[in-house]
Amino acid sequence: MIEETLIPKIGVITDIRKDTPDVKTFRVVGTDGAKLFEHMPGQCAMVSVPGVGECMFSITSSPTNKEYMEFSIKKCGCVTEVLHALEVGAYVTVRGPYGRNFPVEEDFKGKDLLFIAGGIGLAPLRSVINYVRHYRENYGKVVIVYGARSMDDLVDFDEIKTEWMNEKNFEVYLTIDRPQEGWDGHVGFVPAYVKELGLDPNMTAVLCGPPIMIKFTLAGLLELGFDKSRVFTTLELRMKCGVGKCGRCNVGDKFVCKDGPVFRMTELDELPDEY
Amino acid sequence: MLRIAKEKLNALYAKINESMGLFIPVKRAGEVNYEIWKEGKEVSLETLKTVKSPKNMFFPSTENMMKFKTEGKALEIVDVRDEKKPFVLFGVKACDYKAIEVLDKVFLADPVDTFYQARREATTIVTLACSRPEESCFCGVFGIDATSPLGDATSWLDESYLYVQANTEKGEALIALIKEFVEEGGDAEVKAQQEKTTEILKKLPFAQLDLSRFKPENLNELFEAPQWEELSEACLGCGTCTFVCPTCQCFDIRDFKTHDGVIRYRCWDSCMYSDFTLMAHGNSRTTQMQRFRQRFMHKLVYYPSQNDGLYSCVGCGRCVNKCPQNLNIVKVIKTLGGKKND
Ligand code: SF4
Ligand code: SF4
Repeated sequence: MIEETLIPKIGVITDIRKDTPDVKTFRVVGTDGAKLFEHMPGQCAMVSVPGVGECMFSITSSPTNKEYMEFSIKKCGCVTEVLHALEVGAYVTVRGPYGRNFPVEEDFKGKDLLFIAGGIGLAPLRSVINYVRHYRENYGKVVIVYGARSMDDLVDFDEIKTEWMNEKNFEVYLTIDRPQEGWDGHVGFVPAYVKELGLDPNMTAVLCGPPIMIKFTLAGLLELGFDKSRVFTTLELRMKCGVGKCGRCNVGDKFVCKDGPVFRMTELDELPDEY
Repeated sequence: MLRIAKEKLNALYAKINESMGLFIPVKRAGEVNYEIWKEGKEVSLETLKTVKSPKNMFFPSTENMMKFKTEGKALEIVDVRDEKKPFVLFGVKACDYKAIEVLDKVFLADPVDTFYQARREATTIVTLACSRPEESCFCGVFGIDATSPLGDATSWLDESYLYVQANTEKGEALIALIKEFVEEGGDAEVKAQQEKTTEILKKLPFAQLDLSRFKPENLNELFEAPQWEELSEACLGCGTCTFVCPTCQCFDIRDFKTHDGVIRYRCWDSCMYSDFTLMAHGNSRTTQMQRFRQRFMHKLVYYPSQNDGLYSCVGCGRCVNKCPQNLNIVKVIKTLGGKKND
């Protein structure tokens, strides 16, 4: 096979997990059964069903997983609809990894970390959270605040309950938008919950979720005294090539595919408001 | 300096064509564009501007990238690229040559686009100096000298001769190939032509455009400029300006189902189109003003900021001639470029 950036590798789906009514997590390996390529937390890959199209997705499994890659994909457009209809054993194509990862070895090391996610926004964070768990001694306290529309919309709920909640020096706070039978946890939106929790502003924070959630949560964090230069987020724009050539994911003089998807809030401040 | 008598040019093209492909401006139905040379085609080196730029030669408007074949469940990727035969791109003007440099910085930057690279490496470029620049030309604003373009070889044309000079090994090799047609001479003629053309260039209406405000540090200020509304008001979003532009590089990648497998191809796309940035859950540029602004900010601010100040407009004037609404980069420069434009 040709080793080239626009030419993908062939992957086989070995497991499909239905996380929520509209999110499925796909486990993918190469045709030889081995992992397709290495990546760092926060990086993305182009996944495609030939004949339908290619789409950029965050790699949700941790790089410390040496056996396979996982993608949590929300059904929301033509490629994702077709992906959702696939069964175990189906072939897809994958190319990557693309983009700048979370600074897990630089800025995050030795720090207390706060992860805030809304809905499918947990997907890119899952990779970094499991990376931190794997190298637990390198990081301080970890606080996770995760919200979704309802209990059924929480992605990776099983992993959160059985593993994250039992991890040493991990605090996990879950919230859903409206009260629901069988839910005895917090009810309310993420931004308000974050303020209620009165979090320690010295933590390094990562925000992922719908733009509106990011906007209000960031405002809340700043009120609590967080420093913008230590708050990170990811951007999502339409992409075709993934390597800064097709011209689609430009924001000012940056390409989200290459210079992102991970951005420091202070970097976003310098970009024109067009994302 | 070497020269070739004009009446020998057809034989020279045939000679090149024996061992290499030859792309050259050809007149067809009143329009001149680069085409593969064949005996009998009407070559027009005198035409100043081809309608389409030669970017097509390296970055075709559509190209098949790969094919997917399925057998049962198994999927296979088939390389559909043909071997790149060496070819000569003949008659490239200074602006279009500079545009290739602009494209190189995109496609040859890491990770290299091997589709572009293969064609680029297989090509010997012979540029042709301009002797009759038009009113819509403003290459000089971008520091381009239309009288002495580079490339693997440079040529100049007058009533009697084509003068050539090799600049690279590839250029030397080409001249060796056509040595039966060349003779020494022409230094004085070329010099005289250059001087005459330089005088014309100086007096062109857009020769004095001021670009001084287009600097990375003014990015946000220019982005916010209220004038974009008025500048873009008449824009139809037709994309003509992006397709004729020698430096526009946006593309799409799509799949096409055939009777024996799926072809993945790439084709030109345009940032002027409303669905260019459309996603299932939103669009980062919803108005034509935003799309118009993107095109010109990219040429004059974003690209230079990524590429050591190199602008990605070369002043070819094609968008000036072709926009159905008479909008163009000159108007943008005059409005936002700097004080001297007033
Ligand atoms: S923007 Fe217009 S003048 Fe500039 S290179 Fe493109 S087509 Fe030519
Ligand atoms: S600027 Fe002119 S040529 Fe370009 S998209 Fe608008 S109307 Fe079409």
